[in-house]
Amino acid sequence: MATRQTASLARLMRAPAIILLLIWMIVPLGMTLYYSFLNYNLLNPAGTSWAGWFNYRYFYTDPAFFDAIRNTLVLVLGVLVITVVGGIAIALLIDKPIWGQGIVRILIISPFFVMPPVAALIWKNMIMHPSYGVFADIAKFFGAQPVDWFAQFPLTSIIIIVAWQWLPFATLILLTALQSLDGEQMEAAEMDGAGALSRFIHLTLPHMARAITVVILIQTIFLLGIYAEILVTTNGGPGNASTNLTYLIYRAARLNFDIGGAAAGGIIAVILANLVAIFLMRAVGKNLD
Amino acid sequence: MARAVSSRAKVGYTVAAWIVALLIFFPILYTIITSLKSEQEAIAGFDLIPSFTLESFRAVQTQNDYWKPFTNSVILSIGSTLLALVVAIPAAWAMAFSPTKRTKDILMWMLSTKMMPAVAVLVPIYLIFLRTGLMDTRIGLTVMLMLINLPIVVWMLYTYFREIPGEILEAARMDGATLRDEIIHVLTPMAIPGIASTLLLNVILAWNEAFWTIQLTTTNAAPLSAFIASFSSPQGLFWAKLSAASVLAIAPILILGWFSQKQLVRGLTFGAVK
Amino acid sequence: MGRITLENVTKRFGDVEVIPPLNLDINDGEFVVFVGPSGCGKSTLLRLIAGLEDTSGGRILIDGQDATATPPAKRGLAMVFQSYALYPHMSVRKNIAFPMRMAGVPQDEQDRRIEAAAKALNLTNYLDRKPGQLSGGQRQRVAIGRAIVREPSAFLFDEPLSNLDAALRVGMRLEISELHNRLDTTMIYVTHDQVEAMTMADKIVVLQAGRIEQVGSPMELYRAPKNLFVAGFIGSPKMNLIEGPTAAEFGATTIGVRPEHIAVSGTEGRWKGRIGVSEHLGSDTFFYVEDTGLAETITVRAGGNIDLHHGDTVWLTPDIAEMHRFDARGDRIA
Repeated sequence: MATRQTASLARLMRAPAIILLLIWMIVPLGMTLYYSFLNYNLLNPAGTSWAGWFNYRYFYTDPAFFDAIRNTLVLVLGVLVITVVGGIAIALLIDKPIWGQGIVRILIISPFFVMPPVAALIWKNMIMHPSYGVFADIAKFFGAQPVDWFAQFPLTSIIIIVAWQWLPFATLILLTALQSLDGEQMEAAEMDGAGALSRFIHLTLPHMARAITVVILIQTIFLLGIYAEILVTTNGGPGNASTNLTYLIYRAARLNFDIGGAAAGGIIAVILANLVAIFLMRAVGKNLD
Repeated sequence: MARAVSSRAKVGYTVAAWIVALLIFFPILYTIITSLKSEQEAIAGFDLIPSFTLESFRAVQTQNDYWKPFTNSVILSIGSTLLALVVAIPAAWAMAFSPTKRTKDILMWMLSTKMMPAVAVLVPIYLIFLRTGLMDTRIGLTVMLMLINLPIVVWMLYTYFREIPGEILEAARMDGATLRDEIIHVLTPMAIPGIASTLLLNVILAWNEAFWTIQLTTTNAAPLSAFIASFSSPQGLFWAKLSAASVLAIAPILILGWFSQKQLVRGLTFGAVK
Repeated sequence: MGRITLENVTKRFGDVEVIPPLNLDINDGEFVVFVGPSGCGKSTLLRLIAGLEDTSGGRILIDGQDATATPPAKRGLAMVFQSYALYPHMSVRKNIAFPMRMAGVPQDEQDRRIEAAAKALNLTNYLDRKPGQLSGGQRQRVAIGRAIVREPSAFLFDEPLSNLDAALRVGMRLEISELHNRLDTTMIYVTHDQVEAMTMADKIVVLQAGRIEQVGSPMELYRAPKNLFVAGFIGSPKMNLIEGPTAAEFGATTIGVRPEHIAVSGTEGRWKGRIGVSEHLGSDTFFYVEDTGLAETITVRAGGNIDLHHGDTVWLTPDIAEMHRFDARGDRIA
């Protein structure tokens, strides 16, 4: 197919997607960068002026910013630990011969298809509500005082909800990796006298390493942008206790109308995401050849 | 495992797996149960047996005009997906069948646009939508959802197209097929499963998108994700009605999702795990 | 008609010259096998003839017509691919019909040819299956069927048997030979397996690094290899190549003796050695003789009933009349 005619046709076919994504990437990002150096508030657009590094300095001195960074990291790490460890365990379990494996898979994968606002509302009202939730019912059954999850443990509550949403994803991908493990290799190791634990450590884990990396990196990309779950449950509170970077920027832009400040936050978020992205690209890029 | 496992072990694994599966599924199950209760039952404490009343479903539709956001969700998710396919099929096709030295770089770059945090461009997109009158319009949001999912669509299609062996296309050429015959009789039938999987996954992703749909709509173009998010405010629904609305919002996509498990792995890992 | 002539055909991929200027004549009805180690350019040469690759120079003539710039579909050739390249979404019947559909052959004629091909290839009961439901050998037959119905002026085979298991390979080899006898159409067959080349070809073309080392009938190549490369490549087990003073005795840099041209004896002979491994096949016995001082091992073929074993001391006597002599450049000394 490598004739000259097909080559120019191919260029024509690629162009729309590339141009669209190029515009989508450059224009808004350029605007964000520009705004981040302006004093620009939608409530007082006439007072717009050049701000230099003020917005960045403002962010840097705002205690809410550090809370948000910390919360973002805790949220990402918390969810990653739960989903990766839980995902490996569940994948190992359902890879075993069981009756009704198809249905079990379907049940386990389901939370991933629940849209974030619904997931958050289900947990907020059905499960964690201090008077009507299932957790409260269980506490009452044992005669204990029900916990007001979102007031007492706001960030933990959000971690639980998000982990519930992403556990299926981790499980499914790790299960896929597990199923491609060579059965003969396992049997060879068994013949060599390796016990179940050492087979897991020396064969299964290394085999799944790539899938685990992919799970971690892809989830991180999405977890850095957690938004709807916070909006629906805690609104970032109490105080800043459950505000992550995404939510902080949203608040600056949409509730305080501080365009300059929000833009500066956006640039910081880009830098953070890029750090992760570099690793992800390497892992995925290897698969291209 | 090629080996027979004792049936006692199998019983053990089965019980454990079902307990885990039911625990994970429980919040959804309980929401379905609650949606079939009356409001009084719903707050009367833990009870897995509802009275199987459909009053909440009826109430959601009459009081809250459920069909409008539902229609919006359908239009937005399918519309943005079709739009993305129109742009992505030729691009993925060209990259799979007529690769150049830069094809790999272009693909990686496309992937990198997916890594840009949405919130980083919230400000300019919000302002653009405000000033151009795209705010709260279906067309604006359709384009938006198309753009954010375009990289995934191109990637998925690319990995599917690349699996069509070059020898088959050559065989068609040897068999006397013109380029047109080749596309109609050989390539398209072989590409359709991949296109269908991509479409399915992308509809799911677009249906569940809950950042831009909330930021860029108020009432007219609001899909289910934005509609449901509005119940977070206290004036919202009661328990049973909220459950009914939730069930209606997730049911179609849950069922679609069950059919797309395999494609999900492939699509969301950009082909890194198959 | 299927007379194919290559005139100074060259192929470059970027700066790499895969095929230096090459000339070859293939006569109508001939079964020609391109053989050589992997990477020798044999598949590229086939694809140039097919039109799936553009030539970098030279001309390709089909029946005297310049076809260098003709697209593959118009060359009137049919190809059987290594992976069979069946259309997975079409039934066997539709796969076989495809080239006729493209050529606009009338439906009743299509049916007639499909039935005939299916009968000849034992596919009648499988016509409505999809390729995915067939075994490797059956897929191979479908690929051949698809090629036959076009009634091409020549068939091109690109390592068609390499995905089959050993037993099936022997069977398919016979079937393809029979097909050639029946159709009497030009066939060009690419393989890395010299046994396939020897058993099927009217004419073998031995290639190395894009160059033709020798062209000839199987027996010509066996009896008079033009150089060391051909000598080592044709024949199984390989010809024994001996250098040094022993070769000098015969006025050569290297001498070659095939295993079947060495007599073995437990009592007397020209060269003394010790049996390393012995393979008793029933009909034949192969000895790998060590410690002869000639080469690391000397392979010898003996009859099936010979009673010699590992560790025995033996004497070997080459048949001087069947010995091949090569000069310092590796070329045959006539």
